[in-house]
Amino acid sequence: MKQIQQTRVPMDGAMAAAYAMRQARPNVVAAYPITPQTKIMEYFSEYVSNGEVDTEFLAVESEHSAMSACIGAAAAGGRTMTGTAGPGLAFMWELLYIASSMRLPIVMEVANRSLSAPINIHCDHSDSMGARDAGWIQIFSENPQQVYDNTIQAVRIAEDPSVRLPVMVMQDGFIVTHSLEPVDILDEGTATSFTGAYKKSHSLLDVDEPVIFGPYDAPDFYFEHKRQQAEALRRSKRTIFHVIKKFQEISGRRQEIVDCFNFDDCELAIVALGSSAGTARAFARHVEKQNGSKIGVASIRVFRPFPNEEVVSALRGLKAVAVLDRSESFGAYGAPLFTEVRSALYGQKDALKVLDYVYGLGGRGLIPKDLQKVLSDLREVAKTGVVKSEVNYLGVRE
Amino acid sequence: MNEKEKLMGWRSLPLGGVNLQSGSAVTVHTGSWRTEKPVLTENKCVHCMLCWLYCPDASVLVEIGRMKGFDYDHCKGCGICAEICPTEAIFMVEEELETT
Repeated sequence: MKQIQQTRVPMDGAMAAAYAMRQARPNVVAAYPITPQTKIMEYFSEYVSNGEVDTEFLAVESEHSAMSACIGAAAAGGRTMTGTAGPGLAFMWELLYIASSMRLPIVMEVANRSLSAPINIHCDHSDSMGARDAGWIQIFSENPQQVYDNTIQAVRIAEDPSVRLPVMVMQDGFIVTHSLEPVDILDEGTATSFTGAYKKSHSLLDVDEPVIFGPYDAPDFYFEHKRQQAEALRRSKRTIFHVIKKFQEISGRRQEIVDCFNFDDCELAIVALGSSAGTARAFARHVEKQNGSKIGVASIRVFRPFPNEEVVSALRGLKAVAVLDRSESFGAYGAPLFTEVRSALYGQKDALKVLDYVYGLGGRGLIPKDLQKVLSDLREVAKTGVVKSEVNYLGVRE
Repeated sequence: MNEKEKLMGWRSLPLGGVNLQSGSAVTVHTGSWRTEKPVLTENKCVHCMLCWLYCPDASVLVEIGRMKGFDYDHCKGCGICAEICPTEAIFMVEEELETT
């Protein structure tokens, strides 16, 4: 096997994102600062100002403008990237739909942050959950290494001719963006050739064969365009698999769509997104050391397209599963991840009980021992077959 | 849009709602939506070009130094030109109703 050239450096999630962006060599980055993503764009703009990457950096007046400018740049035929968080992502809302409907392969770093009000700058997943219907591929990163790996892969996934959809790469605000960890980075040549040259589709700058971008659709065509878009997002899973494999070849690292830890012979499991999956694994290891019982931990890395098959297959044969939700979906029965996991499991033969735990809103911490309550609930459900409370709140003062 | 295009299913459409036939701004006659249309009184016009500047539909026809008339294929009859004309050289008349 070819020798893999990598260097191990200390990086926080913001540095890892900016570094990966630099290696991907975007033509245009249009961004607006917002805590806790600001550092990503600050590091990146340093690269631009030092001449380490040849990118047109547009410091725009808002996130709405940032995504608008990205859409224009991508339609003009350039590799386009940006970054945001929380209310910034919310401010781009109408444009998220436009970017994906226009099939523009924009890659965006999202430092997961809560939505106001009250104003809170800390981590929760409300921002990306609010955008889950917008047609973007959504990939969650547990740590700076994954931020780096996911960003490099995201460029290739987005620009694949059979995909051509924008990708948002998530990382927990502050928890991952501001924590230093060792990150193995690829050498320049490898990273740049993996992301490759931007494959243009139609371009606004093509005056020989001009086309119209973003025209009006009357009711006689809109539905067909949406159907086409829905299919593209579903089918993108194939490309994601392919890119996982290709990335493993150049890096030696393979990150699954759903990472399954300890599933070999367990009856109980925890499902989570982002850094809390790591917390859950630490807890599971501690429990196993204590009394030998195994708890599975499923970390969903690719949330859109939702990995129905992988979730069903991971949770097959279990008795009870706790879904950790770092966001609320007001008025729904259960929070986002719970509703999607439960929906995936509907109709399966095993009577798997699924419990929801809303936690960590506004950056409320989750440490391994907080999961003790979750474990005792799961044990009781497995023993009695009765779920006393399906939707729960973990760590909130009554 | 011709009949063949009307039957296109989602599999055949170009990606992203892109319209491969450029120039539809010219070929689609938005003037058919009008209920009123502008008429020019030539001897009152001082060729200030304000009507051309203000027209939201690029439907005032000009050449260097001269206002020529209106592009009735695309004029939607908003009346801004009549409103803005400093010499009241433009007035709006009711569009004849089509009886098809």
